[in-house]
Amino acid sequence: MHGLINRAIERFVRDTYGRDTWGQVVRRADLSFNEFEAMLTYEAEVTTQVLDAIAQVLGRPEAEVLEDIGTYLVSHPKVEALRRLLRFGGRTFTEFLHSLDDLPARARLAVSDLDLPVLELCEHGGGFFSLTCQWSRAGFGHVIVGLLRALADDYGALIILDHKGGGGGCEAIEIRVLNTEHATGRSFDLGARAE
Amino acid sequence: MVSGTDHTPDPNVYAMMDVLCPMHVVLDASGHIVHAGPTLRKLLKDASPIGARFNELFEVKRPHIDGTMALMLARAGTKLHLQLRGPQRTDLIGVLVAFPPGGTLGPAGGAMINLSFGISVVDAVRDFALTSSDFAATDLTIELLYLVEAKTAAMDASRTLNLRLQGAMIAAEEKAYTDTLTGLKNRRALDYVLGRLLEGEHDFALIQLDLDFFKAVNDTMGHAAGDHVLNDVARILVEETRADDIVARVGGDEFVLVLPRLTDAHRVHDIASRMIERLERPIPFAGQMCRISGSAGSALSCDYAQPSRSQMMEDADIALYAAKRAGRGRHVRYTPALRQDGGPEGRS
Repeated sequence: MHGLINRAIERFVRDTYGRDTWGQVVRRADLSFNEFEAMLTYEAEVTTQVLDAIAQVLGRPEAEVLEDIGTYLVSHPKVEALRRLLRFGGRTFTEFLHSLDDLPARARLAVSDLDLPVLELCEHGGGFFSLTCQWSRAGFGHVIVGLLRALADDYGALIILDHKGGGGGCEAIEIRVLNTEHATGRSFDLGARAE
Repeated sequence: MVSGTDHTPDPNVYAMMDVLCPMHVVLDASGHIVHAGPTLRKLLKDASPIGARFNELFEVKRPHIDGTMALMLARAGTKLHLQLRGPQRTDLIGVLVAFPPGGTLGPAGGAMINLSFGISVVDAVRDFALTSSDFAATDLTIELLYLVEAKTAAMDASRTLNLRLQGAMIAAEEKAYTDTLTGLKNRRALDYVLGRLLEGEHDFALIQLDLDFFKAVNDTMGHAAGDHVLNDVARILVEETRADDIVARVGGDEFVLVLPRLTDAHRVHDIASRMIERLERPIPFAGQMCRISGSAGSALSCDYAQPSRSQMMEDADIALYAAKRAGRGRHVRYTPALRQDGGPEGRS
């Protein structure tokens, strides 16, 4: 698994629960280091061990943890750079949804060895969408749910999300966009720079 | 100030162009602006451009022409490098097409110029507070901005990794070049320094120094006393040399010193003799006195037409053994005569 993904999981735990909790996770996952390097690649099991350890340390189901990671990635000030990169996907939330199919290609453009899930959006009319998420590792759909929820806030859109489950590394998410201008979203200044 | 045409151009053309090319500008036959796309108007924020002469608002930088209509039309279809006049001197690129006669697409004798930011786009987006709706939906500017930010973020992450690796590398190199007991340089460091000096054809003096009676200290007073003496010796050797001299421990009680820029045999002799004199002062350890001495042999790179590491080490070694044979506790400079007889006449 790419270090960027492991590093994001680590930052989520550190920034949300503090370094002591991260220390517990490191011990429980039996890591030989205490910090992920964003630009190195790790064995896939390492990510599984870390996610298991987080669920145990926090005493919460993994799906919930994954969803929180998705929300963290868009809403925490420390990862503002990622929010900005996602906002390049479209002017409106609906436009953004349609950019999700390009997500793996966009990621590869920046970091050529970064593999992200294959996402496919289907529009059914009346603000109703379905998104399938395919990846080597099950559960990424929950990250997407958290991410979409936070991004809808960011755009000021009102949506309802439902993770429909799935198997064989393929998960389905239902999205209902009730109002694209429900609230004033956060601004996205093209010329600004994330600190 | 629309002039130079009898026909009124179809306004739908301009409306279409506003969507397709929001940075286009329409000029009449005299080079006056009759229409400007919405993003271009944003760039010219203060004044409405309509009626102004194109070359009053934009300077044609390359090809270097004065921006009169005839010269501009002659460049139709080729790339123009332009610069916005005014406080914000943004670079632009553009291409001009002449309107066909008849005047329904645009003023006869006039032209349409489509502009773009080119490489200045990142600054321009910030300077003019542009948003994605300021660019045509097919324009790749947004993707370009995305790429700039994504690559910057990836580079920052790489830089963090590089700094960390560099820190680890320096620590590892430091360790690899250091004798752990005394903190002096080791043989690996010595080889590296000698290689660099010889490669750069810099002159230097090489001194081989062996401790005398050190084995006796180790055998009678124990290894702790021996280690203590070695550390004291290391301190003395460092104190008696300059900051950029190299003091290396290359064996149990064997040391090699490299003194860059030294070509004066008398100075080398003085330095080596002073070191030995200090080594002979008894070293207190656990209530007892450790007594050692040192023998040294030296070779000077300036004595060789083509100095080589192995030759100089060998010659310094021959001088060192001459010093030992002559009764220890002294320094001998290498001379070819030492090779023939090794007698006391080889003494420096």
